[in-house]
Amino acid sequence: MSLDFATPMFLIERNKERCFNCQICIRQCANEAHKWDSKKGQVYSIDANCVNCHRCVLMCPTRALSVKKFPWEFRYNANWTPEAIRQVYLQAESGGVLLTGMGNDRPYPVYWDHMLLNASQVTNPSIDPLREPMELKTYLGRKPDVLKIKKGKILEEMPPQLELDVPIMFAAMSFGAISLNAHKSLAAAAKKMGTYWNTGEGGLHADLVEYGSNTIVQVASGRFGVNREYLNVGAAIEIKIGQGAKPGIGGHLPGEKVGEEISKTRMIPQGTDALSPAPHHDIYSIEDLRQLIFSLKEATEYTKPVFVKIAAVHNVAAIASGIVRAGADAVVIDGFRGGTGAAPLRTRDSVGIPIEFALAAVDTRLREEGIRNKASIVIGGTIRNSADVVKAIALGADAVYIGTAALLALGCHICQKCYTGKCNWGIATQNPQLTKRLNPEIGQERLTNLLKAWAHEIEELMGGMGINALESLRGNRLMLRGIGLNDRELNILGIKAAGE
Amino acid sequence: MLKEGQIRIPAGCAISGIMNRKGEVFSGRDIIKSIALMHERSNGLGGGFAAYGIYPEFKKYYAFHIFFENKLAKQETEFLLKKYFQIDYDEAIPTRKVSSIKKSPIIWRYFAKPKVNRLIAHEASEAEYVVEFVMKVNSEIEGAFIFSSGKNMGVFKGVGYPEEIGDFFKIDEYKGYLWTAHGRFPTNTPGWWGGAHPFTLLNWSVVHNGEISSYDANRRYLEMYGYKCTLMTDTEAITYIFDLLLRKFGLPLESAVNIVAAPFWSNIERMEPERKKLMKSLRAVFGSLLINGPFSIILGGENGFVALNDRLKLRSLVAAEKGDIIYVASEESAIREVCPNPHRVWAPQGGEPVIGLLEGKEGIFDVEDDGLAEEEILQQSIAL
Ligand code: SF4
Ligand code: SF4
Repeated sequence: MSLDFATPMFLIERNKERCFNCQICIRQCANEAHKWDSKKGQVYSIDANCVNCHRCVLMCPTRALSVKKFPWEFRYNANWTPEAIRQVYLQAESGGVLLTGMGNDRPYPVYWDHMLLNASQVTNPSIDPLREPMELKTYLGRKPDVLKIKKGKILEEMPPQLELDVPIMFAAMSFGAISLNAHKSLAAAAKKMGTYWNTGEGGLHADLVEYGSNTIVQVASGRFGVNREYLNVGAAIEIKIGQGAKPGIGGHLPGEKVGEEISKTRMIPQGTDALSPAPHHDIYSIEDLRQLIFSLKEATEYTKPVFVKIAAVHNVAAIASGIVRAGADAVVIDGFRGGTGAAPLRTRDSVGIPIEFALAAVDTRLREEGIRNKASIVIGGTIRNSADVVKAIALGADAVYIGTAALLALGCHICQKCYTGKCNWGIATQNPQLTKRLNPEIGQERLTNLLKAWAHEIEELMGGMGINALESLRGNRLMLRGIGLNDRELNILGIKAAGE
Repeated sequence: MLKEGQIRIPAGCAISGIMNRKGEVFSGRDIIKSIALMHERSNGLGGGFAAYGIYPEFKKYYAFHIFFENKLAKQETEFLLKKYFQIDYDEAIPTRKVSSIKKSPIIWRYFAKPKVNRLIAHEASEAEYVVEFVMKVNSEIEGAFIFSSGKNMGVFKGVGYPEEIGDFFKIDEYKGYLWTAHGRFPTNTPGWWGGAHPFTLLNWSVVHNGEISSYDANRRYLEMYGYKCTLMTDTEAITYIFDLLLRKFGLPLESAVNIVAAPFWSNIERMEPERKKLMKSLRAVFGSLLINGPFSIILGGENGFVALNDRLKLRSLVAAEKGDIIYVASEESAIREVCPNPHRVWAPQGGEPVIGLLEGKEGIFDVEDDGLAEEEILQQSIAL
């Protein structure tokens, strides 16, 4: 074997005065970055194994540990950055496609941070959310153009709708990609907060059926765990065409992860690889999508809204319009910074477009075509905080999905190693030693706290703008101003520049 | 500097309205007195009146009131007008010299009927035909602005204090059964006559006080249904909202009120099931037409008016009655100025409408019984 050129990414520093060799860090680290030297009777570290997930740092009883960027530096080169060099070494060594987890980490502009919100002054009073009602409720689903009303009664039934008390839902993350305890936390929090969580494409575990009325069940190209009962137990169905982190690419759950529970839930034999093909093998055009939408509607007797999720790609507006015309009740758009359990690095980092542009383009297009009411718009990838939510709704979204932010609430430290199955936080793993670290009770509470905190902040921001109902914020682009954007970008976002 | 229509200008205001339910006409003197009392709420940059019942002799004709900035604009407009309409009578709108009003545009009125062959070729309702014509002139002819386009009604407005504008247009010499008035306090000085209020479309007129925070949500929804919000004012958007809900969608007035000043979800939860279902559906479907932020408005129509506050009641609105006459105004004093001893005075709750209708009328306008509105909707849904 030739010399391994790769150098460690991180340096584990152990404060010798504090460490009393209790070996907790050894047990905590699934990456085996801490080892026991029985001769010397002390703990030592293998820097190269460390992924900087902070588990040991936080678990060490004496706070003896810290993790830093490895100080070994390449000679400065603006073109050949350390990552670029390291990746070549890795591939020369392995001959394989580079894999990664979580969302795009490249320094592309984050357009949320180039938009500023308005506030009322003098001509229009701001509203104090502590004194006046602030309404965050919203309904997702197809809306008729007009209602027929006679003598205070509606003459026809509304198409099925999802009622959201907060405009934030938990994004699709499959059982397989993440643990059952993570699913339990998400489901319970969604129920408590009057919103929804999404199964992802790995089916719904039998223990979670009780959360059905707050569950969006996903149907993806692998069709894992899809049967009549699954479709009917959820509140809505989401057809996944694409994902922001890996547009045009399917999914792959390695056989090692397919234990008994996953095997039952996904309806595949234990130990087999769960492969989701890149396209749905029954969808090669928009008419095929229409058929799938309507067969799902038939299977659920038109009682559930059907969402269609796509990755934000160059032609997203036209695609979304096609999806609405194909009969979807909501279009879900996932931006290129959206997270993933596993994706080829090159795809994650270089395919797709920012969600801010995709959202603005889709909302504008659907309005131009006069079909914006026919479907709701839900976006994800990435919403990081409540201000992002407010900006997304002002650009035209009905609601947002959060994935990474939800995992952060559960303890994730964005080490980007979800694909290894060794998540020390018990999230992106099926190893029972690790998954038991995530207590679903506590997980639920932390997620609930997060949504409550964001809801309060959204109320504050809306009140400041003199708006007391979410629907008056939706598509209200006059509440946004761009900063540091060129004319073309302002144009696509449909907003004015700060100072205009 | 950009004028209204090129830029959004916030404004505060005073409004007032008087109506005789029996349809008996009375002079514009009272409405001038009432709005003049609220002088402090305007700043001399806009005032205006809407009057219903003033052209009985031309009842069947559309009365177009138009501002022209120059002769060329007038020529161009008349060319277009003659193409689409049969003009029976036209004249300069009579005015009086008022020292404070200096630079007035050319102000003309035309009594006209759509040309039948054109109307038939157009394949839309007469109302739609007129609306399209008004939008065409206002957005395409530089220097021309149709500021009134109803039947047996008319708007008179301009740059100045409302009482000066009333004097200028000799409002006291007209007789109508419903009058509304507006005094404006814009935060900017466009000095453009078209920017004054009331805003009108067909027989609708809207006077409004407040600045709505939902403007762009409302506007972008309206544009899906073919409305062009060229003035960028709240009043324009509010007019179109009512036109869309009442005329195009044919919703009952009560539902339209429940859409623009929607009850809170917490109140909806407490309603009995049938009503709850209706309110939930109205909010879910027409949420984008909720008017958010402070407002008080008077919407005038051929059969009467609706006065309405935002649901938090962030703007003042008072109503009163005496005999057949019903009053609404931003301030009680503006009512007492012309009716010192009303039988009843009340301050309506936020979102609770004050409705004044002519005797025997059920809605604020008479439904065209050609059923076109519904057909249109049907066609739209088939097309998709
Ligand atoms: S957990 Fe902390 S104290 Fe215990 S062995 Fe590791 S570094 Fe030392
Ligand atoms: S889920 Fe776990 S493995 Fe994935 S980034 Fe977060 S901490 Fe790392």
